Amino acid sequence: MGATRLLVHPVAKPALFVVCLLPLAFVLSGVLLDRVGPNPSEYLIRSSGIWALRFLCLALAVTPLRVLAGLPAIARFRRMFGLFAFVYVVLHALSYAWFDMGFIAGDILTDIGRRPFILVGVTAFMLLIPLAATSFNRAIRALGASRWQALHRAVYGVAGLAILHFFWMRAGKNDHAEVMVYAAIVAALLGWRGLRSIGRNRSFPAPNRHS
Amino acid sequence: MIIKSSDRGFVHPVPGEITPKAVYEQRREWLRIMAGGAAGAIMASWAARCALAQAPAGAAPGKLAPLPGTRSGVSGAMTIEKVTDYKDVTSYNNFYEFGTGKSDPARYAPAMKTTPWTVEVEGAVKKPARYHLEDLLKLGAMEERIYRLRCVEGWSMVIPWVGYSLSELIQRVEPLGNARFVEFVTAADPASMPALATRVLPWPYTEALRLDEAMNPLTMLAFGMYGEVLPNQNGAPVRVVIPWKYGYKSAKSLVKIRFTERQPPTSWNRVAAPEYGFFGNVNPNVDHPRWSQASERRIGEDGLFARKRKTLMFNGYEAQVGQLYVGMDLEKYY
Repeated sequence: MGATRLLVHPVAKPALFVVCLLPLAFVLSGVLLDRVGPNPSEYLIRSSGIWALRFLCLALAVTPLRVLAGLPAIARFRRMFGLFAFVYVVLHALSYAWFDMGFIAGDILTDIGRRPFILVGVTAFMLLIPLAATSFNRAIRALGASRWQALHRAVYGVAGLAILHFFWMRAGKNDHAEVMVYAAIVAALLGWRGLRSIGRNRSFPAPNRHS
Repeated sequence: MIIKSSDRGFVHPVPGEITPKAVYEQRREWLRIMAGGAAGAIMASWAARCALAQAPAGAAPGKLAPLPGTRSGVSGAMTIEKVTDYKDVTSYNNFYEFGTGKSDPARYAPAMKTTPWTVEVEGAVKKPARYHLEDLLKLGAMEERIYRLRCVEGWSMVIPWVGYSLSELIQRVEPLGNARFVEFVTAADPASMPALATRVLPWPYTEALRLDEAMNPLTMLAFGMYGEVLPNQNGAPVRVVIPWKYGYKSAKSLVKIRFTERQPPTSWNRVAAPEYGFFGNVNPNVDHPRWSQASERRIGEDGLFARKRKTLMFNGYEAQVGQLYVGMDLEKYY
């Protein structure tokens, strides 16, 4: 019960909000203090991308954690993780558009058409926009819970696209170790949901997989 | 007198691309003002670094044994562009034997043992030989050459190398009539190279050139940079530098040079042929699926908010090497 009391403490949400901003503070201070090596633009693009993926994983981990650890109070942080994933995705897209493309719309469009992994990343970004836009309570009420939930299942697709984007980017260097770690995390989080829905849809209880 | 020409990096198709002197000088003025704290403490430290970085370019950093070279007379070998900071060249590069991160070479390469060192020259040559490094150092007169280096990842540097044309060694060993390619085999020492345990690339790393490319005077056997011997992370004790090709073609820490009749397989080409061609010529018109090759960021010079600069055909060495590829479809032979 100690964990639940901590999770519902009035300071918990503001504290988590500040913690979620720490990566941004770390990245920006590193760039301003010239501690990120001689290619700060590459560093900004890559670090914002990896933090977006980390927050996406955190948002997707809330429900499995809630069920498996029996901590219903943890659900109140899901929206914040999701919105921070969006914030870091926006920073990622902005860094790319600014530092890699110099904010030239024509160059960006050509680039999306030419490099498949950019197209995949942009698609994931576009899919996240309606989710971020309908994240507040009134939008949930306006859509109705079931329609809202159906819409927000798009996040599973976003997670898949994010992994593909990362994989394709690293494939150029034949360097898959880090990608595989995130792919395994996302696969576990989505796989757990898949198994659960199969179990739920059957008229009889799901067999115990551990027996 | 300095004659400004495209050989020396002055490629300005439109006079409007040249920054007016008054505007250029304002930059330092601004940096001085900012370094004085006018823009807050953090910006001041950043500006101070830039303001201090006006020291003469290419000065020996005094870290390793000196290896002086005389100014090269080879056409195109002495660009007068601003030389990249020694610190950036030695802390940000790819040397996959030591890891895939850009700072891994600087971190792990010091453990590599470079003495004694021998380079075996074999294959289709009349005089195969096993050269001790000391003998290779004496084989040609040491020249300093300031080359642009363009990485396939879209960044570039300007580096003063010390060495001599590879052709001097090639003439010495007398290639046979059937020799058409030169293969470079690099060091693979599991004791000092942690990434040999991974399968990112087939080890040892190998690269190759067509014999006429290897004979071009710009193709260099380098032993030093910035007036000193090469640091381990930059390919000590001996490497090739081919300035009109993407960086991956310039193999580091050579242990073997082999002359062959057939085109040898090369490491990056083996793992991802659509992305890394055998030729690897810098070409802004042929894109890599991961990085646009139309433009590049000059490390340490083009600021975060500056537009990237246009990449030049053959990295600006078209006058010197263009004739090697006459009649070839460069979209196909990338």
